[in-house]
Amino acid sequence: MLSIALWISLTFIVLALAMNVFRLAIGPDIPDRLLAVDTMYVNAIALIVIIGLWLNTKTYFEAAILIAMLGFISTMAICRYLLRGDIIE
Amino acid sequence: MNLSFMIEALISVLLVLGGFFAFTGSLGMLMFKDFFMRLHGPTKGTTLGIGCVLIASMVYFTLYQQEPHFQELLITLFLFITAPVTGHILAKTGLHMHLKYITGTQGLQPELKDEDVGQSRVARPARPKRPGDIKARRKQLLKSRGR
Amino acid sequence: MKPERYLPAPGLSLVLFLTWLLMVSSIAPGQLLLGLVLALTIPLSIRRLWVPLPPVRHPIKLCLFILRVLSDIVKANFQVSLLIWSPRRAPHPGFVVYPLQVQDRLVITLLANTITMTPGTVSTNIRHDRSSLLIHALDMSDEQALVKDIRERYEQPLKEIFEC
Repeated sequence: MLSIALWISLTFIVLALAMNVFRLAIGPDIPDRLLAVDTMYVNAIALIVIIGLWLNTKTYFEAAILIAMLGFISTMAICRYLLRGDIIE
Repeated sequence: MNLSFMIEALISVLLVLGGFFAFTGSLGMLMFKDFFMRLHGPTKGTTLGIGCVLIASMVYFTLYQQEPHFQELLITLFLFITAPVTGHILAKTGLHMHLKYITGTQGLQPELKDEDVGQSRVARPARPKRPGDIKARRKQLLKSRGR
Repeated sequence: MKPERYLPAPGLSLVLFLTWLLMVSSIAPGQLLLGLVLALTIPLSIRRLWVPLPPVRHPIKLCLFILRVLSDIVKANFQVSLLIWSPRRAPHPGFVVYPLQVQDRLVITLLANTITMTPGTVSTNIRHDRSSLLIHALDMSDEQALVKDIRERYEQPLKEIFEC
């Protein structure tokens, strides 16, 4: 049962990532693309966690933490650049 | 119906729900018509989806494998704190850049004041007069060129 | 030699210590010592940036509020999912100006984050003078009802919890 649930979840996440890439390609403006990249970060964390469950290992959680932090900070930095033209004032 | 079966069922349900919510969030981001509506999918759906997946992983390692593991709790908390902040600043950027929103949006025309953004602002596109105005102007331009 | 000089924010220190232990996920003596050092030095180094937080007056009400917000998050997800999966019914989005009654920075932040996470609304801008909040609603039928709902469900409990 667990392996079937893992398959279903993995399929959903991969489809979500594909839709994010599509929005990244067609997004009419910069904030749309930024939103797509931000969602991709979150979905990538989900993918890593599911692969960790699949392989029954805990090694990947450090990578998940790093991706979460880098994703948040880079999104904030680009938004501040778009808003004020300056990241650190 | 023993205990390990129950735990396995709980993990499976959480995993499938998490995947479904993440998928729904991304679908909303793909399907909706304007930027502010697209923002609703990822801030809610994807965040709860990843929360479900992380809790499933925590239950799996702690109860199913009998090895306590709580790093996921840290990631979950971090994501639940940062997702609204990201959504807020993305929406603010969208307002600042005068993104179009679909006709039929109720309420007043939102406008950022100067002090809301700060002193050294970036140049931004001017607000279009009405949604669909660009297309009309282009048609007029083509007509004036005699095509 | 006052304790406030070396421990400016005890709550922050505790949170940092627990976060460090969660991150390395072990309680070996070395990690405990390193966590203690970090929990003592980080608050000292960010002391100048630190904004004093209002004290929590009613911890029980805070727990109730967190439970309500969690249940609302789940409810919000089902609502938004329903809207996303039924493309025939076009939603009616709208911008709402929500006049704020609280003035404290932390409370406004909490309120804005709560609004973003709960049914069909995203906070988009806080006025610089903290007088109002601009909200984008995904599916809005009545503007006044939305403002009243947010005021009764989220702002009043927050006001009672922090008494401001």
